[in-house]
Amino acid sequence: MRVVVDLSRCEGYAQCAFLAPDAFRMHGEEALMYDPAPDDDQRDRVLRAAAACPVQAILVDRLEGREAPVEASRS
Amino acid sequence: MTSADNLQAFKREGRIVIVGASLAGLRAAETLREEGFTGSLTMIGDELGEPYDRPPLSKQVLTGWVAADGTTLPRRRDVDAEWLLGVPASGLDLATNHVRLADGRDIPFDRVLISTGVRARPWFVESEAALDGVFVLRTREHAEGLQRALAAGPSRVLVIGAGFTGSEIASICRERGIEVTVAELAPAPLVGALGAMIGDVAADMQRAHGVDLRCGVKVTRLEGDAQGRFCRAHFDDGSTVDADVAVVALGGIRNTEWLRGSGLAAGVWGIACDTGCRALDLNGLVTDDVFAAGDVARCPNPVYEYRLISLEHWANAVEQAEVAAHNMVNGQADRWPHLTLPVFWSIQFGVNIKSVGVPTFADEVIVSQGSVSDHRFVAVYGYRGRVTAAVSFDNAKWLDHYRKLIETAAPFPPPCPTPDQPADTKPVPVDFPGPQLLAQGATVVVTGHDPGERRVTAAQQHHR
Amino acid sequence: MTTTQTTDTLRRILDYSSRPDPYPLYAELRETPVAAQEDGSYVVSTYREIADLLHNPHLSSDVRNLSHPMPTHEGDATPAFINLDPPEHDRLRRMAMRHFGPPHTPGLVAGAEGDLTAIVGTLIDGFAGKEQIDIVDDFAYPFPVSVICHLLGVPREDEPRFHLWVEALVDSIDYNPETDPKEKLENGLQARKDLRRYLGGLLEKRHGRPGDDLLTRMANDDGPDGRMTDEEIVSTANLLLIAGHETTVNLITNGMLTLLRHPQVLRRLREEPDLVVPLVEELLRYEPPVHIIPWRAAYSDITVGDTVIPKGSQIMLMLASGSRDPNRFHEPDRFDPDRRDIQHLGFGSGIHLCFGGPLARLETQIALTALVRHLDGPRLVTDPPPYRRSPILRGPVHLLVEQQAAG
Repeated sequence: MRVVVDLSRCEGYAQCAFLAPDAFRMHGEEALMYDPAPDDDQRDRVLRAAAACPVQAILVDRLEGREAPVEASRS
Repeated sequence: MTSADNLQAFKREGRIVIVGASLAGLRAAETLREEGFTGSLTMIGDELGEPYDRPPLSKQVLTGWVAADGTTLPRRRDVDAEWLLGVPASGLDLATNHVRLADGRDIPFDRVLISTGVRARPWFVESEAALDGVFVLRTREHAEGLQRALAAGPSRVLVIGAGFTGSEIASICRERGIEVTVAELAPAPLVGALGAMIGDVAADMQRAHGVDLRCGVKVTRLEGDAQGRFCRAHFDDGSTVDADVAVVALGGIRNTEWLRGSGLAAGVWGIACDTGCRALDLNGLVTDDVFAAGDVARCPNPVYEYRLISLEHWANAVEQAEVAAHNMVNGQADRWPHLTLPVFWSIQFGVNIKSVGVPTFADEVIVSQGSVSDHRFVAVYGYRGRVTAAVSFDNAKWLDHYRKLIETAAPFPPPCPTPDQPADTKPVPVDFPGPQLLAQGATVVVTGHDPGERRVTAAQQHHR
Repeated sequence: MTTTQTTDTLRRILDYSSRPDPYPLYAELRETPVAAQEDGSYVVSTYREIADLLHNPHLSSDVRNLSHPMPTHEGDATPAFINLDPPEHDRLRRMAMRHFGPPHTPGLVAGAEGDLTAIVGTLIDGFAGKEQIDIVDDFAYPFPVSVICHLLGVPREDEPRFHLWVEALVDSIDYNPETDPKEKLENGLQARKDLRRYLGGLLEKRHGRPGDDLLTRMANDDGPDGRMTDEEIVSTANLLLIAGHETTVNLITNGMLTLLRHPQVLRRLREEPDLVVPLVEELLRYEPPVHIIPWRAAYSDITVGDTVIPKGSQIMLMLASGSRDPNRFHEPDRFDPDRRDIQHLGFGSGIHLCFGGPLARLETQIALTALVRHLDGPRLVTDPPPYRRSPILRGPVHLLVEQQAAG
């Protein structure tokens, strides 16, 4: 799955790092580092983490499994 | 037909081309569809593959945790676009409304969004830049190569430039147990963006983590061995450093060369626009059908005396993309100005550094909360008695308060104490090194005498 | 509205008779976002003003910064971090967090999922053969209490003792010297002392012993901030025991009540278990466990909207009202688990954001999923149910549910 965190919104509440510790890790007290491509077996935890973000900064792909996102073409 | 009919027809079956298929381009495309644009949408990008996120490249990717090709951006919605990837745009013809591609194709449009971003500034000697072990960091290919070089266990890494990217790379090196030398021309890291006070803190953090930090020095030469591998750097003070890897982190170059001759106000400083992300032409007149967003755009900000500001910030790219896309498919009366204050973050040495506002637009700075020696504090910047920016070290939860102080032109220094304000705090000069922005030389020439014939033409531009 | 009118609205909110549905009164209060009260305190009830204040460094959580002391103030006892400002708040919260969450102990909450599911399973097994179930006594209370006892290292069998203290203590939080008997306050203060003494007794035996519970770990840890004093550990454990005890029960019970009032959502949840994640967030907005932050102090003059709150003033923050503010949420009085814009105030915000929030979320997600799966044709016996006294920690005291003829 694909994830991006808007770190300009992030205030370091670490709720995501509690709920999906393999995908979201605190680097020190406040800095978040995350896996932008967590394994699909992390899905439930990542969705929990995204829902719990107090500033709603975590975006999970909304197209997954429904549409091919892009038809990248070589010229 | 009224203009409202025109607008509806354009939303239904117009042609929009987005040049630059990275974060800003993608978010703009999504917003166009969100706003009901059903016409044709073409995405032009010089890199192959889907749009990806860059901030992790200097962090999670360099630690080896995340693969360089694993930062593809999630989608908010389907954009139903034609993607022309792997070919850069080489020209813009506003007489016939075409984007020219480097392979000779011409792509017609009714409206165009330019979000071509920046590229890494390469080392200034081409043969030295080509040495094995010399890197820049902007694309995922760069990150992939640098990560592999770090994983190989170099004896030492030299980072040239202690801005945010350089400092983040140095931090990752230390985290991976790699010896690192950081060379910076300014008196301290981050000083160009955040001033001398924060620069001292940043220098402190680097040294506390075992970085060999050398400030006030210039790297004059990168030396290769017989196999063409980088092995030594020479400094202007006569000293040298032996290392296996050199990372050139000297900032970026805005991708505007392809706009030469287009008649747009585009140059090394970016593409000048209004707050609605509409590009200006060379004369400073607003165009109707050309928009710009992201790192390449240079917009006025009313909070900062309407100065034109270009920002290489993630949130700025997203917000400008949304504003530009909205304005591309709405009439004059419904247009939005892009007025959000810049927000920036950097993760280094286990500390979350964030800023709001424009710290370079300041003459004084004061620590308003926390402890500088603990690297947990908020510093407030002021210009002529009003708050213009704030920077936090591991104190991001307070930053929104300072955003409001900036937006309301609150007095500086802030008159009311907080429970954790240092006892002896007082404003100090912000102290930025040199008038950097004035050093780039003239980019335009004004000609003509009568008001009806005065025009601006582009001067020869030299990139370095 | 005038000061007299808002004072009257607040009085009616705090009155027990409005416990089942305080929301119309919150709407009344929101007409004056920052309302001065006759006693000189301020009540803030709108979303943006509350959120701004919670990020305002001039808002103090330290009772010593109030110009009029709180009647419930405990004098010389070391305050828990919830009642402290930076840097002390940050230091103590950081030291406690070392044993509960990231960055030092990142996997604890997520790793507890199996244990939580097992406890829930045992409680649900107890429903077998019963036609009538009390969601509170049979489920929503024993579940989080078992969890917090295990986590802290407090013997589960002591629950009847500390339960009484916690009740008396919670009951005294909203003590009003004008309307309440003095006894209510005295009972509360005595309960605080008893609970502290009890926790102090437990702590004594943990020094120098190995163990995974929070009391033992706090007693023996030497982190970058040094070691917590016994007083600090007792205050912290005290806070976590009360919070882990008196809030999640409300969230789970309010959740079940809300589902029973929205049978179509209940049915959906049974078919789409993933719905529980956004549903719990909506619950935290729509029927939160904590309605009010009863007091904060203006450390210096604070400007909110058009009002300047003078230094030393007491400020009451109406969280549950803010989460129902129509200027922030579309159709705020509608329970909509599909709501995308859901930045609620259910756990507060800023540096004091609920310490146990991630655990409460996981507990409630597991609890509600299990309840809707195992209850067969559940029906509310009384609506509204009887409520607990507190207007601050608001929730039903009992929630009787009938099942279809049990097998």
